[in-house]
Order: sequence, then C-alpha cells, then structure tokens
Amino acid sequence: MNWGSLDAFLAMGGYGLYVWGSYGAALLCIAIEVWTLAHRARASKEKRP
Amino acid sequence: MANGGNKAEEGAEIRGNILLRFAAPPAFYPLAGRLVPFFAILAAVLCAAGLYVGFFVAPTDATQGDSYRIIFLHVPAAWMSMFLYVVMAFWAALGLVLNTRLSGMMAAAIAPTGAMFTFLALWSGALWGKPTWGAWWVWDARLTSELILLFLYLGFIGLTSAIDDPRRADRAGAVLAIVGVINVPIIYYSVQWWNTLHQGSSVSMTKAPSMAATMLVGMLLMALAAWMYSIAATLSRVRSIILEREREAAWVRERELASAGGTA
Repeated sequence: MNWGSLDAFLAMGGYGLYVWGSYGAALLCIAIEVWTLAHRARASKEKRP
Repeated sequence: MANGGNKAEEGAEIRGNILLRFAAPPAFYPLAGRLVPFFAILAAVLCAAGLYVGFFVAPTDATQGDSYRIIFLHVPAAWMSMFLYVVMAFWAALGLVLNTRLSGMMAAAIAPTGAMFTFLALWSGALWGKPTWGAWWVWDARLTSELILLFLYLGFIGLTSAIDDPRRADRAGAVLAIVGVINVPIIYYSVQWWNTLHQGSSVSMTKAPSMAATMLVGMLLMALAAWMYSIAATLSRVRSIILEREREAAWVRERELASAGGTA
C-alpha cells in the first residue's frame, strides 16, 4: 500500500493535478463514447413509420 | 465415390462458408451483439485490476515521483492509437480490394475510438510533459507524428461523413487511411530515428526488477483493458452502422417484425 490517507492518495506526491487530469479526461472520454454508442444503438433500432 | 481428399475439401468448404457467412452483415449483426457484453466486462475487470496494480502495488518512482503513474494510461492509449489505425487501414484496404460491405463499416466503426485514444495519448502526454520536461508541448518527432495521427483520424471521419453514398465514402476514406498508415512506423521509430525529448523506452524499466515487474504488469493490464474496450466499442458501433446502412434490406425488416412488441 502506497498511501497513508485519502488526502495523500489525492495529492499524488504533489502531482495530483497532472495524474487526475489525465485519468479524469480518460473517464470523461469513455463516458461520452459509451453514451454516444448507446444513443446511436437506440436510434438505429427505432421503428420507422 | 467420396474419398479422403474429397472429405478434406468438403471440410475446408464448410469452414470457408462459416467465415463468409459472418462476413455478411445479417449474420454478423447478432454475433457482434453477443460479443459486446463479453468484451465490455473483460475490459472493466482488466481496467480495475490494472488501476489497482498501478496505484496501490507499483511503488513511487525514484526520479519522477508519482507523476509517472500517468504511464498506465499514456502508454496503453498510445499503443491503441497506432494499433487501431493499422486495423482500420487493413479493413479499409480489404474493402477496396474485395468490395465487401462489412469491411468499410468496420473501418468506419474503428475511427472514432482510435481518435479518442490518440487524443488521450496526447492529453496525458501533455500532463506528463509539464512536470517532467517543464513544457506541455514540444514540436519533437514523437509528439508531432502523434498529432498528425489525430488529424488522419479526424480527416478520415470528416471525409467519410461528408460523402452521402456510403460505398463511395468507404472508398475515399480507404485511400486516405492507406496513405496515412505510413505515419504509424514513423511514430513508432521516431524516438530512434531522431533525437527527441520523448524518452525511448520507459525510464522505470531499468530500475530494480521488483519495481519494473509491478509497473510492467500494471501497464500490460491497462493495455489489455484498452484492447478489450476497443473491441467492445467497435462492435457496438458497427452494429449501429449496419442497421443505419441496411435499413431497407429485407433482413432488417424481418428482424423488426420478429421483435415487434418484444425487446429489440
């Protein structure tokens, strides 16, 4: 275990902004893509008049 | 009279037919649908394991501190950005040569995920470059060629979506994808061919074996997760593309009638 506390974990040895800025962007990108994929899948299955 | 030779030929023909059957959108659509959850779950499990190893098992780096932990995202994203481009160009070329419907759809399905990983490689690279190099961005060979890769993906997406006829869009996109594939070995070997600021291989690899091992395991787990995620995302997207392009086809109509009132 590397971290004594949650604060230490979030601080990332002073590099928190860089580390969490990277992983946060990845999470956001994946969330957007998954949402877009689900939306597109629904739209493609919609019944036509 | 059937002899051994004929039987072997029959066997080969049946296997060939199975491959051909799944190359046709009506058969590939349900197959892809069954595979998406499998790869998505695999991606989630591998990602959780990779993040656990990366943040809780791998120790702090002696020279870079904890900023090096960006590696568990940065390297897999960069690997996927190059690998997906090659796969996309392969499908595009196959479509150009064999004129199969599914090939162009596969290429189109890969592009957005490839662009996303390219963006993430650049973004995480900038956030890693600032604390280690003192600069968000430098115009060095590795960074510049990776930026060109992003423009190639965006160019492919823009070009194919600007052409109304899907088959013509596939062909135009295929030419761009195939020409652009030359950029991939340039990215890969850029750190050897030119004197770049970007490190050749990871600095962590030359440290104590126990350290190198846990860092490498974390990185490989994340790379596998990115791979499984890409397969799931691509298969999900290609399903939508199949329905969008073939909505007038008899098999889509039949599917709709069969699922009327039930779940789609």
